[in-house]
Amino acid sequence: MANERLFIKGNEAISRGALAAGCKCFFGYPITPQNDIPEFFSEEMLKTGGDFVQAESEIAAANMLLGAGAAGIRAMSSSSSPGMSLKQEAISYMAGSRVPAVLVNIVRGGPGLGDIGPSQGDYYQSTRGGGHGDYRLFVLAPSTAQEAYDLTIKAFDVAFKYRTPVMIQGDAILGQMKEPIVPWIPETLNNYDVDTWCLHGTKGRKERLVKSLFLNDGELAAQNLSLQATYDSWTSEVMYEEFECADAELIIVAFGSIARITKSTIRTLRAKGHKVGLFRPITLYPFPNEALENLAKQGKKFLTIEHNLGQMVDDVRLAVRRHADSDFFGFLPGNLPSPIDCEEPILKALKA
Amino acid sequence: MAYIDTIIAGFGGQGVMLIGNLLAYAGMHAGLNVTYIPVYGPEMRGGTSNCTVVLSDDEIGSPLIPCPKSLIIMNPPSLDKFQSQLEENGHLIVNSSLVDASKCDTKRFNVWTIDANAIADRLGNTRMANMVALGAFLKATGILTIEDASKALEFVISARYHNLIPANTVAIEAGFNEAVKL
Repeated sequence: MANERLFIKGNEAISRGALAAGCKCFFGYPITPQNDIPEFFSEEMLKTGGDFVQAESEIAAANMLLGAGAAGIRAMSSSSSPGMSLKQEAISYMAGSRVPAVLVNIVRGGPGLGDIGPSQGDYYQSTRGGGHGDYRLFVLAPSTAQEAYDLTIKAFDVAFKYRTPVMIQGDAILGQMKEPIVPWIPETLNNYDVDTWCLHGTKGRKERLVKSLFLNDGELAAQNLSLQATYDSWTSEVMYEEFECADAELIIVAFGSIARITKSTIRTLRAKGHKVGLFRPITLYPFPNEALENLAKQGKKFLTIEHNLGQMVDDVRLAVRRHADSDFFGFLPGNLPSPIDCEEPILKALKA
Repeated sequence: MAYIDTIIAGFGGQGVMLIGNLLAYAGMHAGLNVTYIPVYGPEMRGGTSNCTVVLSDDEIGSPLIPCPKSLIIMNPPSLDKFQSQLEENGHLIVNSSLVDASKCDTKRFNVWTIDANAIADRLGNTRMANMVALGAFLKATGILTIEDASKALEFVISARYHNLIPANTVAIEAGFNEAVKL
C-alpha cells in the first residue's frame, strides 16, 4: 500500500493513521458525524489482531480506553461533541494518572445535541482539559485528509512520549470530506518507558499503581508540578502553518477546516491586491504563542476566524498582547461556513 | 490553471454521489488535486441529495462552494435550489428528462440539456442516467476526457458489478455526444 494514493474521508484517514501507528484497541459508541471511524475499525482492527468494542455508552468506552492505556496498549476512542462531553471524567483520570491515549473529536454543532453539521465549538473543551482538575491535553487540529493521517500517527507517539491523553480535533467537514492521501508506515514505533510503569502482571516484579488519587502530604502537589513541567515541555512540539504572511498587513488566524476555507478567501483577496495572510495553528495546545508574537512584533494586525462565537481568539490575544490585539469573526455553528462570508470582515479588519 | 468546482444534485437513488466520486477519482488520476464532500443527514431514497466536487491543479482551499462554477441538476427541486447560486457564465447541465429546461436562465449561464433518463432507457438501464449526465458535464466543461472518467469507473462501482463498466462507458459517451447547448 506504500505510496499508492487513497481517496478517502478524513474519518477514514484518521482510522488508517491509527492502524499505521500500531493502534491495537478501539472503543467507541456511535454518533454522527464520526461513525465512519468505528465502522472502519469494526472490520479492519480485527484483521490486525487488535480489538474493537462498541461499548454500551461513551462513558464505558472512555474507561475502556483508560484501562488499555494503563496496560501500555496503543488504544483509541472517537466521538463527536455530546459524546465527548460524556468522556470527560475518564479523560481527567487519564491525565491525572498519566495514561497515554488518543481521543478523536469530530466536532458537531452545539451546545447540547446541537446538530450534525460542522462546528469548532469544542475548542475550549479540548484545550482547557475538558474535565475537572488542572490538566491539559495535547491537541492536534488537522485541516486536510493527509494531515488527519499524519497527525494521528504523531498523536500516538506524543501520547507515549509524554504519558498523556492526546486529542485530535476535527469537524464534520474534515470527517466527511474525501481527499487523496498517500499512506505511510512509521519505521519504528516507540513506546518510550512504557515497561517501567505499565500494568502487565506482577510476575517477577514489584506491584505498581497507576492512579490519580494522592492523599499523602505533598503527593498531589508533586504530581501537579510534574504534570505542569510536562505541559511546559510541549513548546518544543508546537506546529503551525504560515501562508502569505511575509508582506501581509493583516494576519487571519484560523485552524482546521476554517483555515482552508479562509485560505480560499485570502487567495481571492490577494488577487485583488489586498495584503492578507493566514496563520494556522496545527497544535491547538501547545499554542504557537512565540510565532504569533513574532508576527505581532512586526506590526501586523490580526483577525481570528472560527466556527464558533469566539474561543481561540482568547489565546491569540494572549499571544500578541504585548504588541497588538485581535479582531474576531465567527461563523455560527448551525450554518455552513463559506469563503464569501468572511470577505467583508477581512476587508473591515484591514481598514481598521 | 485548471480549476472547476461543481455541485451535483438530484433525488436520493439517482446516483449523484456516485458520479461525484467518479469525477473526483478521474481528476485524481489525471493528476489534479480533488475534494469531494457530500451533504449528509436524514436523507433517504426519494429525498434530495447533493455533493460538491472541486478539481484543481493548485492546492484546494474550501471544499464547500457557495457559488459554484458548474451544476449538474438531475431533478426539478435541485434546479429551484441551486440555479440562483451558480456563478455568472457558469455551466448549468440539466437532466431535461425530468427538469423543465425553459426554467434555466440561458442569458446568465451556459445551459446544456441532456435527456438523461431517455438515453439511459435506450441504452438498456435507466439507472445509468447519472453517467449520461456526467458525459454532458465533460462535454460542457472540457475539464477531463471520457477516457479519464471511464478509467475511474472501476474505483466507484463495486467489484460484483464490474461487468457493467463497458455499458457505463457507453452511457458517458452518449451523454457527451448528445448534450445540447441552449
